[in-house]
Amino acid sequence: MALTETPTTDVAVAEPEKKPGRKAVGHWLSLVVLFLGALVFLFPFYYMIVGSLQEEPDTSLRGAVPTGGLTLDNYSQINERVDLVRSLVNSGIFTGGVILGTVVFGILAGYALARLHFRGRSTLFAVMLLVQIVPFQLLIIPIYVMIVRTYGLADSYLGMILPFAINSTAVFVFRQFFLQLPEELFSAARLDGANELRILWSVALPLVKPAILTAILLTFIGPWNEFLWPFLVTKDTELQPLAVTLANYISNVAGRATNPYGAILAGAVVLAAPAVALFVAFQKHFTASNLGSGVKG
Amino acid sequence: MTSETKVVDKPRPAVARRRPGRLLGLQPLGIVFAAPYAVFLAAVFAYPLGLAVWISFHDYFFAAPGAQVARPFVGLENYKTVLSDPAVRRSFLNVGKFLVINVPLTVVLSLVLASMLNTVLRARAFLRVSYYIPYVTASVALVAVWLFLFGMDGMVNQLLGPLAPDPSWLVNSGLAMPVVALFVTWKQLGFFILLYLAALQNVPKELYEAASVDGATSYRAFMNVTVPGVRPATVLVVILATITGANLFTEPYLLTNGGGPDGASTSPVFVMYQKGIEQGTPDVAAAIGVILVIAVLLISLINRRLLESD
Repeated sequence: MALTETPTTDVAVAEPEKKPGRKAVGHWLSLVVLFLGALVFLFPFYYMIVGSLQEEPDTSLRGAVPTGGLTLDNYSQINERVDLVRSLVNSGIFTGGVILGTVVFGILAGYALARLHFRGRSTLFAVMLLVQIVPFQLLIIPIYVMIVRTYGLADSYLGMILPFAINSTAVFVFRQFFLQLPEELFSAARLDGANELRILWSVALPLVKPAILTAILLTFIGPWNEFLWPFLVTKDTELQPLAVTLANYISNVAGRATNPYGAILAGAVVLAAPAVALFVAFQKHFTASNLGSGVKG
Repeated sequence: MTSETKVVDKPRPAVARRRPGRLLGLQPLGIVFAAPYAVFLAAVFAYPLGLAVWISFHDYFFAAPGAQVARPFVGLENYKTVLSDPAVRRSFLNVGKFLVINVPLTVVLSLVLASMLNTVLRARAFLRVSYYIPYVTASVALVAVWLFLFGMDGMVNQLLGPLAPDPSWLVNSGLAMPVVALFVTWKQLGFFILLYLAALQNVPKELYEAASVDGATSYRAFMNVTVPGVRPATVLVVILATITGANLFTEPYLLTNGGGPDGASTSPVFVMYQKGIEQGTPDVAAAIGVILVIAVLLISLINRRLLESD
């Protein structure tokens, strides 16, 4: 893709340096600050893992660098209290449904917004932007009334997925990517008599594959991490995603476990691991340029 | 973003006017492509927005599905209830506190870290990933560690020793909200760093060269070139950080066990949840929602005006 920032290759500090001494000092200072920052961001994750492995919660400084007394007991503890596998499956279904809806309908909408001229396009685009400003939490009462009271979708995957079914930010990302493709590509395909669906499928889509991965990553963090909505809509523990079961465990039953912190942190590791793994593995697809196309304007 | 909106409107109107047959636009198929998304927006955004306004002007309560019940129009009654309720006022005040801490901290830290990150080559990917890892992780999981860190006997208090606040962080009415604000700043910072990194690519390199020729220090270059150069991104960062504040629920709910001591860290969304769903007064809760929507729109508008006008 013709993106402006590719972090692995761009060179920002190649200009000749007039005062090498001072510049070098500044450069090293930047690195020190940046690595201190990284420590602040990463330490809680490290501590989460350490805490989840401790037999007894050790909050002293020495506890952060354990030399012994490590155990996997906390994981079986949390698994006894909440059905980890069941919750993970629920999180997966919730997230999978949202990703499916976003990829299928989001690509169609993004393509239409970028490449097709139809009545109502500017209105739809304006509403799409507005949706990103007025978040769904503020409309939680009417949405709850609709989904739970009117349609009776409480305690169902459909009720969980519906308010998130198409991620507007992902639609925006798709639109930006389709917009970057040269117009000639489309006029040529149209002259050849290809219909729009065919153009989208065989001409445009192969060229925006990275956008699809970016959009999937972006969409993933919404439902996987969402707490409030599934918390409201599911009372049946069999249907609750992990974020909800863990939160309920934190606020209700933590007192009953022998090492509540260990058990909570073990649950936290299980909840955090898929997201962290995904974003570390696909970090190249989650860069400023992929997301920031909106700011560049 | 603004120039993109212009692109949308450019080619269409003249053509549409000249050919009445093109009532639906040049490629009416676009309507079919966009229809599912448009229906989705109508169903989970436009209609609920209307419903929220409607509910907020009526005496609304939950009834058995299908039951016919009278829900009389009550005018501004629900809004009066909301605005005279000390719990609601406190929650708005709490968000105010949150924003005062969170917004400046977010803007300054993310811009500084992004511009530093922009000049280094070493370990760039590693640094970038470490910064946004909290952003992609569930609040629920991160709250668990923060509870461990900021608890009564947590590591933070162990480190501080006699300087540890009493009552401890999360049960201290003066500190509960600042800790929530700090948590959210920490969690979201990586995303804002990414936004600023993108914006920094648009600042012309010649400006830095010119500043360097003029003998400007890196601090001066930062203030005179970088800060004005990323102004559109700053508008976006401030708006998004404000929206996060209006949305706050999970963090105070879990981190400070409901709403902190004496409601010191309740958020409006938390009060909406309490009133609307726990106490069965969705009309009052809907009124809070409508006030929040208006507030968010107003603040976004003011931010744009303030930060975009030179």
